[in-house]
Amino acid sequence: MVSVLPIRPARPGGSTTHPGRTPVSGLGRRRQRLGWAYSAPMAAIVAVFFLLPLALMLWMSVNHWPLLGASYPNGVENYGALTDPFFLRALWFTIKYTVVTTIVLSLAAFGMALLAQSARPGTGLFRTAYFLPTAVGLGSASLLFYGLFNTESSPLNTVLDRVGLGPVDWLGTNGSALSSTVGMITWRFAGFYMLILLTGLHSIDPSLYEAARTDGASRWQTMRHVTLPLLRPTLALMMVLSVTGSLLAFDQFYILTGGRHDTATLAIDIYREAFLSQDLGRAAAVSVALLVVLILINGAQLRLLRRKED
Amino acid sequence: MRARQAGHYGTSAALAVLFLLPMVWTLYSSVHGSRAAAGDGAGWGLANYQRLAGYGDGLGSYVLNTTVVALVTVAVTVVSTTLGGYAVARLTFRGKNLLFLATLAILMVPYTTILIPLYIVLGWLGLQNSLIGLGLVLAMFQLPFGLFMMRNSFEALPVELEEAALIDGCTPGGALRRVLLRGVAPGMVTVGLFSFLASWNEFVAPLIFLTDGSKFTLPVALFNLQSGNLGAVDFGALQAGVVTAAVPCVAVFLLLQRYYVSGFSAGALKG
Repeated sequence: MVSVLPIRPARPGGSTTHPGRTPVSGLGRRRQRLGWAYSAPMAAIVAVFFLLPLALMLWMSVNHWPLLGASYPNGVENYGALTDPFFLRALWFTIKYTVVTTIVLSLAAFGMALLAQSARPGTGLFRTAYFLPTAVGLGSASLLFYGLFNTESSPLNTVLDRVGLGPVDWLGTNGSALSSTVGMITWRFAGFYMLILLTGLHSIDPSLYEAARTDGASRWQTMRHVTLPLLRPTLALMMVLSVTGSLLAFDQFYILTGGRHDTATLAIDIYREAFLSQDLGRAAAVSVALLVVLILINGAQLRLLRRKED
Repeated sequence: MRARQAGHYGTSAALAVLFLLPMVWTLYSSVHGSRAAAGDGAGWGLANYQRLAGYGDGLGSYVLNTTVVALVTVAVTVVSTTLGGYAVARLTFRGKNLLFLATLAILMVPYTTILIPLYIVLGWLGLQNSLIGLGLVLAMFQLPFGLFMMRNSFEALPVELEEAALIDGCTPGGALRRVLLRGVAPGMVTVGLFSFLASWNEFVAPLIFLTDGSKFTLPVALFNLQSGNLGAVDFGALQAGVVTAAVPCVAVFLLLQRYYVSGFSAGALKG
């Protein structure tokens, strides 16, 4: 066989060249240049639109940086934004929202995954119906539910009126705005998480279920001792996605309540600092804090997941 | 057993109705009601869509803006991750692991937190208030998934395929173009689909980056329609707008559903 360029599917972490043994040949250098050329567009975008802003965020957080006008270093003054009452209220509300959403969404998605798991005819259609809302953008979904929740035009209230439960102010109080939004988010995301769980459920070896059946395990025992333990990595992935997504919630509250009734989230607080108070430095400080917290939470969740797998 | 089967179908069907109802209701009330009919009284009509078409700078320009952003995002994401995925999967070069890790780190950094410094960077580049700049930023957020997907796609192709092309006298670039691209086309469709849905629907980035009303994308324009004039929200036009924004996504989604699902099993869960 003619010897050609050494092509091997390279794994990250493993280098396929051995500088000690093979001298860098003309071909090797050519591969090297080719690698740079092909990854150049991606590398440029990562450098300019990710690494540069990331560094800038840290720098901005220790500068007085107005939306318009000159900036100058001001130490840790911006981090005073982390003791601002508005921030603390937003922090508390965001945590509350994250916990409620993650519990409701996980339960809904898990139930739907069990329903949609079967191979009965028609299940495919149901599955499509469940995850069709995923195609609607979060912004559009919020606007759609704004129509549903609006007191005057709400078809929900028309129905409730008819059965004598009276009109409900769906977005008028902190409590009702929270539960209405969680309802909307469940509608929008349950199908998405169901799909993730289905992928996990399908990867469980069917012979394990057969073994459980032969051993006379009840449905509940099978669920507890076979399904749930093997689904743990998938459940963890769902948790990470849901917690991260909820901690960063913006669109739904910005559109549905505008942050009124104490429903401002941390992301709304960042937006408020930056474009209403016109103080980008304080916004960057809140961003840095949020970034650190999220990395810690994600790291902890992933470590927990890994330990369970061992 | 019969009863359980019926219960299963009943629950599944009821849930399906529950999930479809909000969309069906919005579609229905965009063409039916007191403000949907052209004349007096309730009825069917397209008046909501006519008012929407004339809103602000015109529905046409918002749809066009959104299309430009989506095209830039999809093109940049698909091209850069296809080339990058090939390089990471098949070539050896210094800095490869660093590039791979830096790209995946985008996933770890929360979306909203990086938008403020990005606003400044876009200003430096003269790309503030620009649809191209917005498209580039949205493409950046799609890179981790895209690179993952394309690297896996290239690794799934047999090496012999490329070797054969090289023996036949293709240059590496030629082999990529003539032989390999066909093999990774499904991966490219998946990456394109995810970037299209994300960029078409994006709300917060255009809200921050676009200041000129004539450049607004559909979600931002609709938000202005909802929040602009206090107390007098035109719900009919808003519902027509939601339908307009959702139809392309739902259509593309239904058409390419299997690519969406394959994106889940290949990109989102492995690695």
